[in-house]
Amino acid sequence: MSGGVDSSVTAALLAEAGHEVHGVTLRLWGGEADQGCCSVADVEDARRVADHLGLDHHTFNFGPDFDRHVVEPYVAAHAAGRTPNPCIECNRHLKFDRLLERAEVLGFDAVATGHHARVVGRPDGTRRVARGADGPKDQSYVLHMLDQAALARVLLPVGDLTKAAVRERAADLGLRTAAKPDSQDVCFIQTAAGRQGFLADRIDLTPGRVVDATGLQVGEVEAVELVTVGQRRGLGLRKQQEPSFVTSVDVGTATVTIGRKEDLLDEEVALDDLVWADGPVAGPVLVQCSAHGDPRPGVLLGSVLTWDEAQPRVAPGQSVVFYDGDEVLGGAIAR
Amino acid sequence: MPVRPEAVAELTRVLTELPGNPSGSHAAARAARRVLDDARDVMAEVLGAGPGDVVFTGGGTEADNLAVLGASAGGSVVISSVEHPAVRDPAIGLGAHVAPVDGTGRIDLDGLATVLDGLEDVRLVSVMLVNNEVGAIQPLEAVAEVVRRHTPAAVLHTDAVQALSWVDVAGAAASADLISVSAHKFGGPKGVGALVVRPGVALAARQIGGGQERERRSGTQNVAGIAAMATAARITADRRAEDVNRITALRDRLADGVLAAIPDAIETGIVAGDRSGRAAGLCHLCFPGVEAEALLFLLDEAGVAASAASSCASGAAEPSAVLAAMGVPREHAGGSLRLSLGWATTEADVDRALAAVPEAVHRLRAGKRVDA
Repeated sequence: MSGGVDSSVTAALLAEAGHEVHGVTLRLWGGEADQGCCSVADVEDARRVADHLGLDHHTFNFGPDFDRHVVEPYVAAHAAGRTPNPCIECNRHLKFDRLLERAEVLGFDAVATGHHARVVGRPDGTRRVARGADGPKDQSYVLHMLDQAALARVLLPVGDLTKAAVRERAADLGLRTAAKPDSQDVCFIQTAAGRQGFLADRIDLTPGRVVDATGLQVGEVEAVELVTVGQRRGLGLRKQQEPSFVTSVDVGTATVTIGRKEDLLDEEVALDDLVWADGPVAGPVLVQCSAHGDPRPGVLLGSVLTWDEAQPRVAPGQSVVFYDGDEVLGGAIAR
Repeated sequence: MPVRPEAVAELTRVLTELPGNPSGSHAAARAARRVLDDARDVMAEVLGAGPGDVVFTGGGTEADNLAVLGASAGGSVVISSVEHPAVRDPAIGLGAHVAPVDGTGRIDLDGLATVLDGLEDVRLVSVMLVNNEVGAIQPLEAVAEVVRRHTPAAVLHTDAVQALSWVDVAGAAASADLISVSAHKFGGPKGVGALVVRPGVALAARQIGGGQERERRSGTQNVAGIAAMATAARITADRRAEDVNRITALRDRLADGVLAAIPDAIETGIVAGDRSGRAAGLCHLCFPGVEAEALLFLLDEAGVAASAASSCASGAAEPSAVLAAMGVPREHAGGSLRLSLGWATTEADVDRALAAVPEAVHRLRAGKRVDA
């Protein structure tokens, strides 16, 4: 229970269904002044919702694991000029690994979260993550790492509801979180200094040159570590006739290369760290490269994805998720 | 720790029968004033002080803050490395210097002398009487002797919040200039405490207003809470010798039983089984490879209310600064368990803990995945 409306309603639905439910809030990051996830105010919201529903509430401190598996890799990825997705690493290592393990040793049958996605059973007895009922709120992308062992013990009860229905349900139940705003992306960066300030406290940020495809310098950036492939703004460019996009970032030489939209198009994506819902898949798949991006068709062969039609380059470090229709087959990290 | 029934009776009696404000002059006010004066006499006697030296506060933290912030007077502050945050954090805020403890949690007197010798303007030294996590009893008379010899101008504060149930504070803290106590640690209600301020010790008030408590702590006194605290203190002091004997035996049976059932369990900071320097009410154990949070969850389900380290505002367990200061390795500290005993603890309670703790530890070890 994050203290948000989705996990509040998740707890309510399961309690209503007759399960013995304990609410758990993960303390991952942030002191008292932190307004983001796992702040004291959010823990209080979660606890008061649990009280209202008559459930026990516990707080588990996974801060050291969060540092090791989420924050440190996030910083290291930026230092290497890559574009990490910390929410996915948190799901991979904290919510659906550490918490599942903890739940199992404490004797619980399942862990439920408030993600907008569904777990569907297949005729052969296997399970997959599928898109939630509310298309624009679908979170199947960030749950692509769930394997059979995890899927057997994960429940996603609000995946069958729209966000509006979740809020309505929360209001009907008198939950204090009914109108609470949705959380923002990177929960551990909430201060006014933002991403740049957060990284500047942890790594040396390198001013860099912005060059065009011929190597001619056309602009400059304060920190190459903060530039993402595909980015258009904040490159110190003079007004141009044709929009320019970042096509590559080289931290070693502090160089950002830009090009036209067509320079950004790739035929293929090289992949690392492939994970599968139920064993490796090859052949035609639908592919999604950001949390709410449009799925595009491609063909997967080993660790290379070939697009049916050339697509804008995927920033190295981003997750690439494979679908069969609405069902998740697996995912990988763009090299 | 449960509130003693006599303290509950006194609390409700004063709340219902004596509604007056002790600062007033009418009959009801005078009746409340009488209760307050009686309570002050009791606390003075139990703490080995004069009635005029007792300042009532809203609990132990307020008493500790008042001592540290009110008596440091711009000079240097020296604390032990195992102080409660109520002392440690305001002291660190004043730039305090920290004296080390040994592996048993007791202050290193030579280390303290070295810290004091390195400073010229020490104004306040604060060393707790009994540690709140492991129960180590500090050699306060020896500390006072070191302070007298090395920095005669300094005042000595002791946080005795954990001590009153187990230690004769009047005797053990006779050389301290400032003594903090908190009612709920000896069977009184929460939110009431006291600070002893010896005559001649300069104390700047933190809470300013109507001038109550001889200008040292303004605000209308919590008369019923103070009366209940005095009742609990009186009974605690009267029965202390008997309670300490009984609870020491219970604690020893508990600790020995857990150690026998879990061969690699460690009794934190205890060398060669010598528990003589420990308060009777604390049994602190470490189980390598066990996660304290998970252990507390299972114990709670088994009806055993225990603690790990200190708790943060969100309720999650935080690593213990006390264990770190004692040199306990992180892998041991991560599996720490603090079992507290009090005046109401029974043989049956110990039996329940003796059944629950080994079972929970075995279960967590059996269920633990090996991290690749």
